[in-house]
Amino acid sequence: MSDTYTLYNQTVMEHFLNPRNMGDLPDADGVGEVGAAACGDIMKISLKIKDGKIEDARFKTFGCGSAIASSSMATELIKGRTIEEALNFSNQEVVDALGGLPPVKIHCSVLAEEALKAALEDYLKRHPEAAEKLKKQEASAA
Amino acid sequence: MDHQAATPVSPEVFEAMRPFFTEHFGNVSSLHQYGLRARDAVQRARTQVAALINAESPDDIIFTSDGTESANLAVKGVAYANQRRGNHIIISAIEHPAIINSIEFLEKQGFVCTRVPVDSFGFINPEDYRKALTPKTILMVAHLANHDIGTLQPVKELGKISAESGVPLYLDAEAAAGWLPIDVQAIGASLLSFSPHRFYGPKGVGVLYRHKRARLVSIIHGGVQENGRRAGTENVPAIVGGGVASEIALRQMPEWIAHTAKLQKRLYEGLMAKVPYLKLNGPEPGPRRISTSLNLSTEFIEGEGQLLLCDMNGIAVASGSSCVSKSLKISHVLAAIGLDHALAQGNIIMSLGKDNTGEDVDYVVETFAEKVVAKLRTMSPMWDAFQRGEIDSVIAPRGIGRSFTEHAAAISGKPAH
Repeated sequence: MSDTYTLYNQTVMEHFLNPRNMGDLPDADGVGEVGAAACGDIMKISLKIKDGKIEDARFKTFGCGSAIASSSMATELIKGRTIEEALNFSNQEVVDALGGLPPVKIHCSVLAEEALKAALEDYLKRHPEAAEKLKKQEASAA
Repeated sequence: MDHQAATPVSPEVFEAMRPFFTEHFGNVSSLHQYGLRARDAVQRARTQVAALINAESPDDIIFTSDGTESANLAVKGVAYANQRRGNHIIISAIEHPAIINSIEFLEKQGFVCTRVPVDSFGFINPEDYRKALTPKTILMVAHLANHDIGTLQPVKELGKISAESGVPLYLDAEAAAGWLPIDVQAIGASLLSFSPHRFYGPKGVGVLYRHKRARLVSIIHGGVQENGRRAGTENVPAIVGGGVASEIALRQMPEWIAHTAKLQKRLYEGLMAKVPYLKLNGPEPGPRRISTSLNLSTEFIEGEGQLLLCDMNGIAVASGSSCVSKSLKISHVLAAIGLDHALAQGNIIMSLGKDNTGEDVDYVVETFAEKVVAKLRTMSPMWDAFQRGEIDSVIAPRGIGRSFTEHAAAISGKPAH
């Protein structure tokens, strides 16, 4: 089709039509599921963490095109990061990597950030020793 | 599958319009040949439009720029004309935003409005209008067919109430004109609005029918066009097109209605058979629903995602989900009929036209079931949770698991709105 128009830019459409990391992790180390107060969308991110790094990530999303694209992109970006890095992950990274989102859809990227952080918090709750280690690192860095 | 948004202009309409762009481009207000010809064409269109709704006289027809302007003129024009008599207006909870927002604007100026609720199918109970009448009521507003869920309203009963009480009745016929026989005299409507772009006429023109006894002031001031009721240079080509479209619609309506009703049934039955956990919003296809539209909710997935996947597969649809609206709010109509929020989120609206075929319908059923719904459900944590028995379906509850709303509230720490 020569004249195809899309609601979002190419990158967002690509992540919506061919999402990366869609699915679940049966023995996930941390799972975060959050709902957007703004619109009622729901995002779930599952993480596999090894040696303080995110080894693998999956998402499932009940939401619009930009919500699905945001969660797909977020899971791509965080793979390989340390827990500390991931805890500082910002929605702006998702927006930039997607090449921008319409203002009314920025909250979708925020939801992805929240889902990721919820997954990390879940992990830290299950592994208090990792949480302790992280606290010590932050204290020594301060 | 989005004919309620737009329809292509018929070749006959297009041909009728064309000379008024290039050769017969006169301004209706000019007193020379060019103007007189344009005036004559507009008058002919007025007669054609009047015939579509059985208005008593072509002089009862006012041309505006579109249905929204007609609604604004009806609501505000009547309100301002009668404000010394009273300041109370009655509307239903499911009117079109053109009416709802005009009312909100008037409320800020001291007008008072009663919004009559509707039942879970969107039906107005005329008694609710009667009960809401006060000595200060100056206008009742309702619609023939609901723009969102297709409900056909008991307008004759409302007309009776109008006749008995002396309060004018304005009916929004935007979703009905061309697709439902309308007789303004039989109904007893004081005002009625619609625009031809819903029935193979052009955009850029709207119609307001005004009974000669309905007091109305203009809301657009300037020259003395439309008998002083709407200033501004007339969009002659669009008016001419609207007239021809109205004439065609009057002639073809029985065929169009039969054709779309048949396809509507086929689409509805096909989708219900192939898509699990799908709900129809509004009345069942039949005498109580406009023949062209299906408003559906697909459980466990969201509407904009469905819309995008449909589009990528060559199917154009609409949605009332919050993600689709610029205000991030679900359709107020779906809220007013008490639809579960999660189902409102999964909303899809399909509307048929005269050129849709059985093959189109079969393609939509197949594609929607397999390429749209199935794909989005594999991506949805709610579908997962349902499969695992953690949440229950609203459409077909199994009695296991909590509701989506409870689930959403639990994970976000605040109630789903």
